[in-house]
Amino acid sequence: MVTQFCTFNVGNLLFGVDVVLVQEVMRYQEMTRVPLASPMIRGIINLRGQLVTAVDMRRRLGLPEASEGTLPMNVIVRREDDAISLLVDEIGDVIDVSAEALERPPETLMGTARELIKAVCQLEGALLLVLDAQQITSVADTERAA
Amino acid sequence: MSETDEVIQEFLIESTESLDRLDVDLMALEDDAAPEKRIANIFRAIHTIKGTSGFLAFPKVEALAHVGENLLSRLRDGVLSPTPEIVSALLAMADALRGFLSHVETTGTEGPAEHDQLVALLSQLASQENLPQAPMAVQFVATKANEAEEAHPAEAFDEGRSGPLADTSIRVQVGLLDKLMNLVGELVLARNQILQCAAGNEDSTLLGATQRLNLLTTELQEGIMKTRMQPIGSIWSKFPRVVRELARACGKEVELEMVGKDTDLDRSIIEAIKDPLTHIVRNSIDHGIEKPERRLSAGKRQAGTLKMHAFHEGGKVNIEISDDGGGIDPVRVRAKAVERGVVSPDRAARMTDRELVNLIFLPGFSTAEAVSNVSGRGVGMDVVRTNIERIGGTVDVQSQTGAGAIVRIKIPLTLAIIPALIVTACGERYAIPQVSLVELVRLDGSESRGGIETIHGTSLLRLRGNLLPLVYLGTLLGGSKAPAEHAEINVVVLQTDERRFGLVVDSIVDTEEIVVKPLGRELKRVSVFAGATIMGDGRLALILDVLGIAQSANVISEARDRALKAASQVAMTATEEPAALLLFRTIDGRRMAIPLGLVARLEEIEPDTIEHAGSDRVVQYRGDILPLMCPPFRAEASSVVFSQDISLQVIVCSEDGRHLGLVVGEILDIGEEVVSSREVRRGATPVAIVQGRVTELLDLSTLRAVPDSSFKQPSKLLEFH
Repeated sequence: MVTQFCTFNVGNLLFGVDVVLVQEVMRYQEMTRVPLASPMIRGIINLRGQLVTAVDMRRRLGLPEASEGTLPMNVIVRREDDAISLLVDEIGDVIDVSAEALERPPETLMGTARELIKAVCQLEGALLLVLDAQQITSVADTERAA
Repeated sequence: MSETDEVIQEFLIESTESLDRLDVDLMALEDDAAPEKRIANIFRAIHTIKGTSGFLAFPKVEALAHVGENLLSRLRDGVLSPTPEIVSALLAMADALRGFLSHVETTGTEGPAEHDQLVALLSQLASQENLPQAPMAVQFVATKANEAEEAHPAEAFDEGRSGPLADTSIRVQVGLLDKLMNLVGELVLARNQILQCAAGNEDSTLLGATQRLNLLTTELQEGIMKTRMQPIGSIWSKFPRVVRELARACGKEVELEMVGKDTDLDRSIIEAIKDPLTHIVRNSIDHGIEKPERRLSAGKRQAGTLKMHAFHEGGKVNIEISDDGGGIDPVRVRAKAVERGVVSPDRAARMTDRELVNLIFLPGFSTAEAVSNVSGRGVGMDVVRTNIERIGGTVDVQSQTGAGAIVRIKIPLTLAIIPALIVTACGERYAIPQVSLVELVRLDGSESRGGIETIHGTSLLRLRGNLLPLVYLGTLLGGSKAPAEHAEINVVVLQTDERRFGLVVDSIVDTEEIVVKPLGRELKRVSVFAGATIMGDGRLALILDVLGIAQSANVISEARDRALKAASQVAMTATEEPAALLLFRTIDGRRMAIPLGLVARLEEIEPDTIEHAGSDRVVQYRGDILPLMCPPFRAEASSVVFSQDISLQVIVCSEDGRHLGLVVGEILDIGEEVVSSREVRRGATPVAIVQGRVTELLDLSTLRAVPDSSFKQPSKLLEFH
């Protein structure tokens, strides 16, 4: 069985989300800041009347902030009852990965990313980290509650 | 939800609906001269249920529907005619089917119920002949035809869907309607942008197209709004029964009259007003309408009338619930209010009848002498008010002792769109729902320094004699510090949970009708926001949750409450009754003050309207005679000659329902008494320091000393305004 992944870069990491879950990919959108929210939430976006929360993936993964002046891209991911936007550095290709090529994430994977990654796949010259999109903010929730 | 579940769900909904229709058809069968069409409808409904239940493996449903169908097929073919006996059996079958269905809905299985007797009865009815001319052959053919149909359940589906009702209405998920509503909202924004672009263009084709787009969008928006509307009759329909049962329980006779059943309301609002309405109706019957014997002795009809009236007015829905019962006795309300400590005796004495009657909406208030099991525990009307205010409505009661009471509810058409005040803080716009808004106060530099005090780290604003805790929105949201000392300050006075506080914002923009959108789940935790809305420029603005702000700023916490109370007490002892005063200059240039509580209105009166009654000067005022006086009340003052050119400033005072007009030179301000020296010699004018200046107080006793003749008992009309 072959799964298609929408890929994107955050820092020097390559991530993939099952293409079925991706509603759309957009260039940078203006956001409304939400004071008092978790710092990883950059703001809310008006996506043709749909209210979408934007999560800064660099902050989520504990990576250093992007350099001044670079604008992130939006990967809008569908969830059960709404959608969430992942702010990422660059959008990559949609790639086909067969089920056998997917492996369990290595035990050595660093902390914050670990809980978000369902599987990994060795590509030529890169390691694709498959994101568990539903987990992104449920973890953020618990973190905030703590 | 799995696919099978969905199919079952659909089957349940569809079957329940067709059984309801079937009931109606069955009832009508007996009277119908040409029942063929109805029988065909019933047959189709049962046939569909049989087909689908067989397909979904509900054998009991299938078996029962099967014998019913047999009987119906004979009716359809004219072998049998619908006797009351047959109709009863079919009704019993419908009930039994409903039983199965509800069991399937809750547990997923048909349940243990057996209907052997019913099955036997149905088969027996099907096998007899009450039309002697029907030959056996027909029966055989009919049964054969049934079997043929059974083999194609898919066909049965199609057949069932083409019922008469299905042609005119379809079932739509509310979620889909909400989505459409969102999209239309966005379309309106896009339309506005295009209109702006096109305005500067001279291309007539483009202008024509935008014009058409404009009209279409408006129409589309109206249409979508309507799809979410439901007639209020959908919840009123249960009231005849509620009223009947309540009236019986209370030993009263009540006739219910309903007007405006087809008034449309957003379905979410309909849900929200259901309970408050029930409560008001209960109250009217329990407390309002009298027992028959008392009604007769009061010269009324034996049966009381309860009227529910709904109508659209001014973009809102009005619901009036009136009864012709005993009304609410303001005297009893006053006594109760004072006894319960809800209002001070002083204040109660000054309240108008209408204000008194509206005290019933305060928590813990009930005038019923005896607690009945229907109402009277005093937990009702305040909940009614809270519920109605929560959806942005208002409730008001008017009563005429002995003649009845009327409760008026005004609610918005829809919950999704609310009026809001747009403010800014830290460069962002925020929306505050207007429901919680009390007033806007702007303090200029010097006032902001003098009016704001800090006690226990809390900023407090003295506003007309009350201490109002202040919350700085910018600081609360983690932005800027409190504004510089001399800066102008905008305070939005908000009310939540009967508690008031002032929210200091950077600027106040405008009021707008906004569409509320819920925040994503990771933001639900941020309690100071209730949602977000899309502004005219397409950007989002967060909606403030007033209760959330009060809580996170600790305005309504207990500790803060105590600190506040202590602070007020300090203020009290320092000033000894810090009453709000109206400052004015008398005609002869003195600076005087009168307690604000006594002031009913400020008026300007043209000198040529003054008439003379004996030695008194009077004017006609709202259909009454208002005596005029010139403070200070000295002999020489009454001879003051009014200039004929300038209109006179008159303070209309009222006490115990009596009115008096004070002619003054100039109205100055509203202030507070700070230091008073009331222990003065008899005959001397009491003085106080108000706003840093010595001011004469126009004493109550001075007013009272004015001979009674100069007060006029006001007409009934005046009392109600």
